[in-house]
Amino acid sequence: MSTYLIFKDIDEPGLHKLETYRARGGYKNLEKVLAMPPEALVNDLKESGLRGRGGAGFSMGMKASFIPQGQMDKYLVCNADESEPGTFKDRELMQKSPHMLIEGMIMAAHAAGANRSFIFIRGEYEQQADILDAAIAEAYEAGLLGNNIAGTNFSLEMVVHRGAGAYICGEETGLLDALEGKRGNPRLKPPFPANQGLYQGPTLINNVETLATIPHIVEMGAQEYAKLGVEKSSGTKLISISGNVKRPGNYEIELGISSREIIYGLAGGPPDGETVKLWFPGGSSSPVLTEADLDLPYDFTSLADAGSMLGSGAIIVVDSSNSVVDVCLWLAEFYRHESCGKCTPCREGTNWTVKMLERIQNGLATPMDLDIMASIQEQIIGNCLCVLGDAMAMPVGSMIAKFRPEFEAHIEQARAQNPYAGEDDAPELAVLQGAVV
Amino acid sequence: MSPDANKLSPYRVPKRWEGSRVPGWDDPVDLTKEPAPIPDPATTTVPAELRAEIEALITKYPDSRSASIPALKAAQKHHGWLPPEAIEQVACVMRLTPAYLIAVASFYDMLDLHSGSYTRSRVYVCTNITCSLRGGRELLKSLEGELGDLADIELRGFECLGACDIAPMASVDGVYVGPIEGDDVATLATQIRQGDEPLPDKQLLKRRSADPGANSAEVAS
Repeated sequence: MSTYLIFKDIDEPGLHKLETYRARGGYKNLEKVLAMPPEALVNDLKESGLRGRGGAGFSMGMKASFIPQGQMDKYLVCNADESEPGTFKDRELMQKSPHMLIEGMIMAAHAAGANRSFIFIRGEYEQQADILDAAIAEAYEAGLLGNNIAGTNFSLEMVVHRGAGAYICGEETGLLDALEGKRGNPRLKPPFPANQGLYQGPTLINNVETLATIPHIVEMGAQEYAKLGVEKSSGTKLISISGNVKRPGNYEIELGISSREIIYGLAGGPPDGETVKLWFPGGSSSPVLTEADLDLPYDFTSLADAGSMLGSGAIIVVDSSNSVVDVCLWLAEFYRHESCGKCTPCREGTNWTVKMLERIQNGLATPMDLDIMASIQEQIIGNCLCVLGDAMAMPVGSMIAKFRPEFEAHIEQARAQNPYAGEDDAPELAVLQGAVV
Repeated sequence: MSPDANKLSPYRVPKRWEGSRVPGWDDPVDLTKEPAPIPDPATTTVPAELRAEIEALITKYPDSRSASIPALKAAQKHHGWLPPEAIEQVACVMRLTPAYLIAVASFYDMLDLHSGSYTRSRVYVCTNITCSLRGGRELLKSLEGELGDLADIELRGFECLGACDIAPMASVDGVYVGPIEGDDVATLATQIRQGDEPLPDKQLLKRRSADPGANSAEVAS
């Protein structure tokens, strides 16, 4: 029996309204939390073992404790950009229970000492942004936002900022640049946002789910929360399952249950007659795992030990009817499109990876190209300001490593079909594809 | 490149194919021309509605520049796309140079500097990994076949739209619909053509949680 915190009665009619949320016990601990010294709340967060739900999995309490003390303009930013392919948990959360996020943000802002907060939501989520706007307006009306919240001397402004379509804005410093009205290029770190973030002020940035969990930690107590899940991966987690499964969707699980139980038990497994060929355990940026890894416990440590990561908790299942080369190309095309172009290894690496995969598809490649492609991935990892390049290099590298025979077979097969392969005056790839006349 | 060339291609903006990602990258530049300054409010006419909207947006932020993306989106809504005069108007109200705003606008996929004419409707079909596994690319092709003759509709493949649970899916002016299968394609095409609400039964907002344990018995009923 799983414990439901965030998704408990998520489809209750009118839950997006303040009245219903309050009737369920929402905002009831707010006054108590605002009366606590911020340090005590930060300690509670540390003790709960809550790790960031956006991808990196960094301790939320630690992050909050890095915000410097003292009188200055500090900011809280909620990262609702959620553009990692395969991830759609924050969307459902914001759409169905926006006040849970708002309550969590008020508490987090109190912990960080921030008086201004922003929700950076991706531009494509127009309906969800409208719902958030309406919920924030209700909260202002009820005195839960604005000056002197609930009669205390704590004040907080909250603004929904809509993006305009760029994956890179989910990277925290790219997000800050977009929020400052610039191109969303990531910044060099350090300084980390906790010291110099939005408008050069200390900034706490957290994912929607992380912030929405805070009211539950307060409600049940940090120690009780830490008992959920397993050691070093405490609590419940929203996971998004998609791809070739019978029941795709968001599920709330306790961390540490087996991956097979998630993919086969909750999501119903791949369509009849198919088997799991590969799966991404934490969004499209995580190194792929195969059917042999299905019995891994789904938590931060076990997946890291298996050479992958839990990331944002998005499982994408690819069944045996798909070609690994296609999957690899779809993935690389996405990262090529989304690379901001600032760092050379990522800008060129994503571009050349796509070109080489297209060579494979068009029957122009040789098995040596696989080695070159694998070495490109190694050159990208760790050599850029942010991890967008790594996010392509890790899954692509792992696919080449784990499915090399299939890549080689595909190369041979495509070469056999291409009448120009091996000729010195073979037409350029672009001509073959009809892109250049 | 004429504005309508490649209009319906999923890769309408050729991303660094044989050059820069920005169309017009190889157009000759007039180096003798002075860069455009911040537009003079006395000579720039800004529609009152748009001006009020941008001014309201600016007040939401400690630094007015933060409003540039929302302001550009407001201008795009007003004009149907972002022609040079729209950029001029935003620049005039925000006291920024047009070049700065073009630099920002060209970074973001949803801001349209290139369509060249009023765009009535924007349809994004997700062609990312999950949707591709479930037929998103075929969906894009068949919608292109159905709607290819309409010049005032932008139809394009898009990055992951964050709705892999309803794959294959599309966003019609911000309304998410899916899974789009079989006859839905033709129905959706007709609805887009006529400006009707897209697939009312298959809208994301009406979808209930997939997790059978999340809702208690009385909520689930």
